[in-house]
Amino acid sequence: MSDTHANTVAYVRETMLPQVAPPASSTGPVGWARENLFSGWFNTVVTVISLAIIAWILIGIVPWILSPTWGATSLSECREILTAAGSVGEHGTSGACWGVIRERWVQLLFGFYPSDLYWRPILSFVLMGVALAPVLFADRVPSQLIWFSAAFPFIFPWLLWGGTIWGPLAVAAGFVIGYYVFRILGAATSNLIGLVVGVLAAVIWWLFLSGYVVDALASVLPLGIEEVPSRNFGGFMLSITIGVVAIACSLPLGIVLALGRQSDLMIVKYICIGFIEFIRGVPLITLLFVASTLLNIFMPPGTNFDIILRVLIMVTLFAAAYMAEVVRGGLAALPKGQYEGADSLGLDYWQAQRLVIMPQALKISIPGIVSTFIGVFKDTTLVSIIGLLDPLGLSNAIRADSNWNGIVWELYGFIAVVFFIFCFSMSRYSMYLERKLRTGHK
Amino acid sequence: MKKSVLFGALTVAGLAATAAAAGTLDDVKARGKLNCGVATGVPGFATPDANGVWNGFDVAVCRAVAAAVLSDPMAVEFVPTTGKTRFTALASGEIDMLARNTTWTFSRDVDLKFTFVGVNYYDGQGFMVPKELGVSSAKDLDGATVCIQTGTTTELNLADYFRINNMSYEPVPIETNAEAQQQYLAGACDVYTTDASGLAATRATFEDPSAHVLLPEIISKEPLGPLVRHGDDEWGDVVRWSLNALIAAEELGVSSANIAELSKGTDNPEINRMLGTEGTLGEMLGLDAEWAKRAIMAGGNYGEVFAKNIGENTPIGLARGLNAQWKDGGLQYAPPFR
Amino acid sequence: MTTLSDPPKEQFRLSMLLYDTRYRSATIQVIAMLGFMLLAAWLINNTAQNLAALGKPIDFGFFTEPASYDINQRLIDYTSQDSHLRASIVGLLNTLVVAVLGCVTATILGVIIGVLRLSKNWLVSRLMAVYVEMFRNVPVLLWIVFIMAIMIETLPSPRDFRGDDAEASMSLFDTVAVTNRGVYIPDVLFGHRDPETDEFTSWRTGLGDFPVGASESNPACASYFASEGPFAGRPGEGCGTFQISLDLMVILIVLGAGIYGARAIANRADRIQEATGDRPTTWYLRLGVIAVPLIITLWVLGFHLGYPELRGFNFSGGTHLRNSLIALWLALSLYTAAFIAENVRAGILAISQGQTEAASALGLRPNRTMNLVILPQALRVIIPPLISQYLNLTKNSSLAIAVGYMDLTGTLGGITLNQTGRELECLLLLMLIYLIVSLLISGVMNWYNESVKLKER
Repeated sequence: MSDTHANTVAYVRETMLPQVAPPASSTGPVGWARENLFSGWFNTVVTVISLAIIAWILIGIVPWILSPTWGATSLSECREILTAAGSVGEHGTSGACWGVIRERWVQLLFGFYPSDLYWRPILSFVLMGVALAPVLFADRVPSQLIWFSAAFPFIFPWLLWGGTIWGPLAVAAGFVIGYYVFRILGAATSNLIGLVVGVLAAVIWWLFLSGYVVDALASVLPLGIEEVPSRNFGGFMLSITIGVVAIACSLPLGIVLALGRQSDLMIVKYICIGFIEFIRGVPLITLLFVASTLLNIFMPPGTNFDIILRVLIMVTLFAAAYMAEVVRGGLAALPKGQYEGADSLGLDYWQAQRLVIMPQALKISIPGIVSTFIGVFKDTTLVSIIGLLDPLGLSNAIRADSNWNGIVWELYGFIAVVFFIFCFSMSRYSMYLERKLRTGHK
Repeated sequence: MKKSVLFGALTVAGLAATAAAAGTLDDVKARGKLNCGVATGVPGFATPDANGVWNGFDVAVCRAVAAAVLSDPMAVEFVPTTGKTRFTALASGEIDMLARNTTWTFSRDVDLKFTFVGVNYYDGQGFMVPKELGVSSAKDLDGATVCIQTGTTTELNLADYFRINNMSYEPVPIETNAEAQQQYLAGACDVYTTDASGLAATRATFEDPSAHVLLPEIISKEPLGPLVRHGDDEWGDVVRWSLNALIAAEELGVSSANIAELSKGTDNPEINRMLGTEGTLGEMLGLDAEWAKRAIMAGGNYGEVFAKNIGENTPIGLARGLNAQWKDGGLQYAPPFR
Repeated sequence: MTTLSDPPKEQFRLSMLLYDTRYRSATIQVIAMLGFMLLAAWLINNTAQNLAALGKPIDFGFFTEPASYDINQRLIDYTSQDSHLRASIVGLLNTLVVAVLGCVTATILGVIIGVLRLSKNWLVSRLMAVYVEMFRNVPVLLWIVFIMAIMIETLPSPRDFRGDDAEASMSLFDTVAVTNRGVYIPDVLFGHRDPETDEFTSWRTGLGDFPVGASESNPACASYFASEGPFAGRPGEGCGTFQISLDLMVILIVLGAGIYGARAIANRADRIQEATGDRPTTWYLRLGVIAVPLIITLWVLGFHLGYPELRGFNFSGGTHLRNSLIALWLALSLYTAAFIAENVRAGILAISQGQTEAASALGLRPNRTMNLVILPQALRVIIPPLISQYLNLTKNSSLAIAVGYMDLTGTLGGITLNQTGRELECLLLLMLIYLIVSLLISGVMNWYNESVKLKER
């Protein structure tokens, strides 16, 4: 109390107290803990229970993981090592047997791909990162890179499957032919005729001509790398290949389906709706059964193609239906003014789509596309049910090996961790993108 | 041969293969590879090792055929099939032959339109139980929980057996042998039933095989053999006689050890005809004269293949039993090479 | 029409099909239709040719043949002598059971986790975030086999319960047996203790089952028809197409009547309150109206629990929840719950902060704010994604095949397909049924969504 105002009322303070630091209990780690963990009896109880659960899980798992069995060459050797180390529980030895991962991790990643050619899948996945860069990190890479992105869909299968380089070139030539037919005829007559004839020309090239041209070119100038049959694909490489190819092929298909579903043309609209709802209404596993048992029946007699190609076709159709819905969401999210603006500039339907609508709609749908990709990538595990050797299928084959008969957790754990790393990083990326795009729009 | 080139571009990338309804033999020769359907992993019968090389008793049949047709036992593309996909894979031409412990039954032969070319293993469905249960006969299994592999004839046999004997049971259908084994060992089922050979093979990999017994009842006949599509008899003959060559070679005493010597010519006209030093058997099949010699050299005669993959000196440890030569009281009986 | 002058009549020219927007859309549609029909015709033609070559014309006749395989979990009577059609129905019911169970559990778990993720308690919200990421980023098939493996490896097998110093014992006062073959819980039985034999006879006073579709030609039903009076004879097992528990019907009727009575009392209390301002205390009356008749009915019917007991190889008695069902149910609900939690979180975050503040200003406590203000509004945002999660769960239930749960894919698309070799027929039917189920679910949920949607004027 101040002495200078002796006549003032005792309970009225007239001077400011000096500022003091907040009490120790409300700053620093203690304060943080009080605020976030122990604010009230209920929160305290919840915190203690959570801590107990975490401790219980860790006590159960950590000693099992820390098991000195990295060098073992069979399950029985693991058991010997564990018995020697003294970690013996009620039901025999307790502890992981990591030897199986040491021996088989390469197989789980690459399947039966020839080991001297591992650089090819690695290179193609690295190049995929480069090719995706213009889309994913548009602001940080030179824009010329987009040409590489356009070429990549032809480089990717060539690197993975090998063979003569004329094959992918012939496929690319089909697009070029179709495009020029469209341009020339479209200018001479109408866009519609140009489009129809262009597509027909490309199809005729692919179906009837390219085979002979490729054979001829390959015999004249045999440029190529060693062929790897798709039977040898396996493990995570197979999963990623299926996921990437399915998403890449389903994107154009999905855009067409989404546009068809939005369009005013009744027949086109109902065909698209029917397709989308049918695919989305049945489980993927039934489509895979179709791939493994029926697809050959639907094709002309005598055609026969690889199970992996059949799976790719069905997974692509599956992904396309989901992609169409994602793109439709992007289209719906665009303000109506954009459509009207494009119309008022006198753009026709395709020009408006190409120059105004699609660039924006696709940008909005990138997070959705990424999550569709994550979904498809996770769903590739289903191919183990039809006998393909994806990571889960390989784990069954490894468990049939007499050395590793009886292994369960290590393989599942390894596969789960790898899947988690892939999917988690992708979902983080898509969240980052979502944030970035949101600030761009508001 | 109709070459569809929509997939042609992909053919170049090695994805697609074209096949034709007629002339599997020509297709195989043109392709330079034999597509052979096998199981996804049955110890002793078909398993891939760490390098992806397939081994096993069924695999040996594929290798023998490849050796006979293509002169290279390694020129085989193994296609792992499940119980569901195996028949469609064969019917659609994805594989040229199926060697996946498949039981020869009437409906598969007639209704599903396949041709079984022979029997490489005579089997029967058996039961395995832990010794501690104290069960000595399948008749004591009333009320038991039974693990079965789905997609096979075993579940039908099992249903019939328990119904006829007026017993109840709880079926636990399982997709793969590895999972069945896991459930059985953990006690999630009391009994594991499948082909007796499969049971023996599975038991051999247990930590303590002696704690489990195979019950004496064999409740079905399971002649297992390779099969091909109906209607392509030329190809069926090639596979049939490649298998018969292995069986006859054992009967005639031709083995991978002495075949080089015997193929110079012997006193036994049947050996000479088989190994191509006499007659034109190979030509009749559409192959060269030394086809059988190569088939036998691929992995040895039937007895050698058996001993190497599933015989008593392997971890699987199966006795010859019904699969001995007919002279030794078994059922393996190859028709004469004449 | 009373136009002043007719517009100049345009001559229709062929090129207008291409250049005139009025006709161009028709042209495009015709081309699309032709393309579509050509594609369909091509596929059908190929199929017909291939099937003819295989010698397998489309024929659904095999559905009436005996299936000759057994199914462990069956909600309706089924033996291996029944037809493939009936086996498929058993499978369909199993699919529906696991889908319904999964949807309910996933919703409950998802809402709880979604709310907890926004908890102020740092540890809890982190823990829930870890849960969500863990389940969302690992394939559901892996979770299914993982949970199945955990159940098989860590739980005791029935033989561990045997003997005097058994390794395992039943929980909850010896009423529930948790084994690696599944969980055995007590089931509900009706019947009175026979004073002479001291045994329960379920037919003595319980009403038993009423066979639907029973006929005299069916030997199992013979006794039912032979005796006089509607309940004189009891049908044997397998009599009729399926059986309806009369006991259950009676209980449901009594319960319904009780609830109706309770509501009548509540309505009367409302009227009194409106008239006089005082609300009479009626909760005990309402409780009594529901409970007393129900208890009397249960007593009359001889309600008692059948406890599981170890007999022979397995537990018998009680209801057996098989481990395949539990593993599938758990995995599907945990997996889907992670997605639903994210939807719930997004829904809650979409409600503006002002709502929470307004609720606080009214003096509502935080959990009442959540229950009364936030969640009802968030629900409208949550329901549309929830529909697709339900659909996903139902479709994912087809992975039952990985743990040997005999759902529709396991019966119709599995064993029936394998044994008959009729891939086309089985798969088409399989896809058709899934499609119908999916459309039904989305139809029902969309209808619900419409009914809770904010009616905007």
